Amino acid sequence: MLSECFGDPQARTVAGWKAVGGYEGIARALEIGREATIDDVKASGLRGRGGAGFPTGLKWSFMPKTSARPHYLLCNADESEPGTFKDREIIRWTPHQLIEGCLVGSWAIGASHCYIYLRGEFFESTNVLARALEEAYAEGLVGKDILGSGVDIDITLHVGAGAYICGEETGLMNSLEGRRGEPRIKPPFPAAVGAFGMPSTINNVETLAAAAHIARHGGEWYRQWGTEKSPGTKLFCVSGHVNKPGNYEFPLGFPLMELIEDVCGGIPGGHALKAVIPGGSSVPIMDAEDCRACTLCYEGVEAAGSMLGCASVIVMDETSDIVKQVRRMAHFYAHESCGQCTPCREGTTWATRILQRIEDGRGTEDDLDTLVEISEQMTGTTICVLSDSLAMPIISSIEKFREDYLALIRRGERVGAA
Amino acid sequence: MADNGRKAETVTLTIDGQEVTVPRGTSLLHAAESMGTEVPHYCYHPGLSAPAQCRICLVEVEGAPKLQPSCVTMAADGQVVHTDSTAAKRMRQGVLEFYLVNHPLDCPICDMSGECKLQDYVFDEGREQGRGREPKRIFGRDDFGGDVLYYGDRCVMCTRCVRFMDEVARDSRLTVVERGSRAVIDTFFDRGLEGAAFAGNVVDICPVGALVSKDFLHKARAWDLDHTPSICPNCSHGCNIELHTRDNLVQRLKPRENQEVNGHWMCDYGRANYEWMNRPGRLEAPSVGRGSDRRAADWREALELLFGRLSAAEGDVALVGSAGCSNEALAALAALGDEMPGRVAQSVFRSPRAPDEVPLPGFPLLVRRRDLVPNADGAALLGFERAGSDDGEGGLEEVAEYGGVVIVLGDELADQGEDFGANNSLFVYLGTFDSAAAANADFVLPITTFAEEEGSFVNAQGRVQRFQQGLRPPDSARPAWLVLGALVAALRGEETPGSAPEAFARLAAAHPAFEGLTWEAVGDRGAALVAEAVHG
Repeated sequence: MLSECFGDPQARTVAGWKAVGGYEGIARALEIGREATIDDVKASGLRGRGGAGFPTGLKWSFMPKTSARPHYLLCNADESEPGTFKDREIIRWTPHQLIEGCLVGSWAIGASHCYIYLRGEFFESTNVLARALEEAYAEGLVGKDILGSGVDIDITLHVGAGAYICGEETGLMNSLEGRRGEPRIKPPFPAAVGAFGMPSTINNVETLAAAAHIARHGGEWYRQWGTEKSPGTKLFCVSGHVNKPGNYEFPLGFPLMELIEDVCGGIPGGHALKAVIPGGSSVPIMDAEDCRACTLCYEGVEAAGSMLGCASVIVMDETSDIVKQVRRMAHFYAHESCGQCTPCREGTTWATRILQRIEDGRGTEDDLDTLVEISEQMTGTTICVLSDSLAMPIISSIEKFREDYLALIRRGERVGAA
Repeated sequence: MADNGRKAETVTLTIDGQEVTVPRGTSLLHAAESMGTEVPHYCYHPGLSAPAQCRICLVEVEGAPKLQPSCVTMAADGQVVHTDSTAAKRMRQGVLEFYLVNHPLDCPICDMSGECKLQDYVFDEGREQGRGREPKRIFGRDDFGGDVLYYGDRCVMCTRCVRFMDEVARDSRLTVVERGSRAVIDTFFDRGLEGAAFAGNVVDICPVGALVSKDFLHKARAWDLDHTPSICPNCSHGCNIELHTRDNLVQRLKPRENQEVNGHWMCDYGRANYEWMNRPGRLEAPSVGRGSDRRAADWREALELLFGRLSAAEGDVALVGSAGCSNEALAALAALGDEMPGRVAQSVFRSPRAPDEVPLPGFPLLVRRRDLVPNADGAALLGFERAGSDDGEGGLEEVAEYGGVVIVLGDELADQGEDFGANNSLFVYLGTFDSAAAANADFVLPITTFAEEEGSFVNAQGRVQRFQQGLRPPDSARPAWLVLGALVAALRGEETPGSAPEAFARLAAAHPAFEGLTWEAVGDRGAALVAEAVHG
């Protein structure tokens, strides 16, 4: 559904997108009205694709129904979670899919202005989207009186400057407003006080793209795929030790091992699976045992001890050096911490330095206890969840791959290091 | 809140097992404070917005999934809060350890040592042993301009300084640059705090030794300083301050909170001007006799001689007061004039005036006033008229040549020549320093400065404010209210006032503007004068 037109340059034009049923979703939404559109999305069971999995229809319904103040829809296209590359593909192949999703979302929440916050490094995607938006404006699909409905919806592209934290919803709002990209304390929640102090809703690219299809076909139609708690389809970004990495769209609930073995052609060189990070770097690491029966839906991955997140499946085979991987991740979070909250600002850097020391063969067994304790102190103690996101891989890697750490600490052996 | 009308004005909650009732809209931090429990905090400051980012004020609220920042979580009915639960304490210990990972632990050479919140909290609740083994991040020292030095390594990134400049000074000159643990406070390019009128406050609100005063740098240890509640003597706004003294010298001035006057703040001009309180070469003993006849005398002899001269003095009287003197001294001077045989022909004071006021935009009550003296309004209320130029000079031409009695109180007459008062039938000089113009004085009487005595001023808001004694006066110097009060009492056949409060009681009885005010009512927060008397 979402990836149907990937690889087809024709779909980048208004005509090409219309040829596959595009812009019928917004047309129908305008016809059935705001409430019915929200009800459709509620009925579909669509959950936010940015990582948290919050029900989209419910989120939309939090927006004030009567309000003299302007509402804003913010589309989070600051895709920067390590291992994630799905939004980029949606934008560069099917920009109109996103534009239509933004129109549906804006209409549903009563916004006459939508901002798409794009990751700064998305040069090609931004160009494609800008061209598509220009065409959509010219065709009367965006702007004043869209599709002759009397409804005005403007879309503005805003390109970020390359900070991971600006993908956090309130950090994104600050950045959009020209402030430092620092997450805000909640409450107040965005639906009450969001971008520019106005009621705002923020949705991921994939969420809005899916909403365009739901608007066209209705909520029940979407439930033909997926599970009861995780309806619909999802793009899985598979990277790491597989023969055919890439974006794959499957119904939620698809078995993880089938994705790795069959769809992605298995692990190169006949190596055995060691670990999988199923949802982008911010979730607990699973070992091969956890992966065996894991199905890729929100509840399925949770049952396996991790989180679906944004479904970015990072596969590591037996040659992987877990300590190095975790240190590499820690470095990323330390570099990207905005620095507001003490546990994150100091904790991510401290953890990185300890991990580096262990990797360099100068670690002690006490370091592992310290790392776990630091990680616990970084969990649930900050404004946003950036430090929690590092705590999870640290704690889970020490739990599941303690032997790898100990081999380095005790004998200076790097497990898997080629 | 729009629906406040329907809600009760107070909420009752339980903190650490104790029930407490606070006004609706009170934060948990303040609710705990109201029952004497300090919840550690860095980024929160009552005069600034609350970003809830230091994360050390987190407390456990029953029913909440995570610890809650007590600075921004409002007290609610029935809430059960634990500031001291295992979870809260463990978190605080963790946050403190995070702070210390890169902290240089240079307390022995840090000016903040002894009044540092990081030091205090770590002593209270920190781990006994640090676990940090990694090399520390080093930023070094940065001159922010003005009186402010920044030690980045000691910084806890609470951003109070940035928010003060943004929200209170409304002069955004500080910011956070970089991010994560590389984040540091900085100025914008070459433009530092130089010339900013209120930047010194960032040193006060810095909870650690990151921002320090260049003037105070390595001058004294915090625990060696005595703190005396006082009033800033450098303009007529009368910011509430503390004199910090050591070795009988004022080492620095610090603002003392008073929401009616100066909030938590004071201006840099007022803060920087304290060295005059330490000026050496003071008048130390009374002397009698003009010119070459001048000789030292003890107080008893000097006052007896003066009493005799005053009772028999010929001609009208001119009084030269000073707006640097207390109400008590000025009122006693006015009373002395009234008791003299002759008519009081003029009572004046001279004082410097700045061309402009300097307001603090984010706390509009506080304005560096034009009058650069503390008691211009008190002097005016007590019957003294302003004379001379805005430099505090001139205006005494008539007095200098005067044939009658001249009593000068607290005006050094620095601009006047040696022949000042040559024709006076009696010239009494009460001052802190000798001066050329005092050569013709029949009596030179050493008095104390405001820092060496207790007393009160009236500020530009028409508010009486008390100050206390922070320094020992030199040798025989006495408070002017006592010297003049003794003379008035002798002329009236009364008891001499024995204390500043007594002198105040007498002035309150004599001057309608002060009617009904008592020393106790003025207290350490001050009290407004009868409004009509001030403005009428």
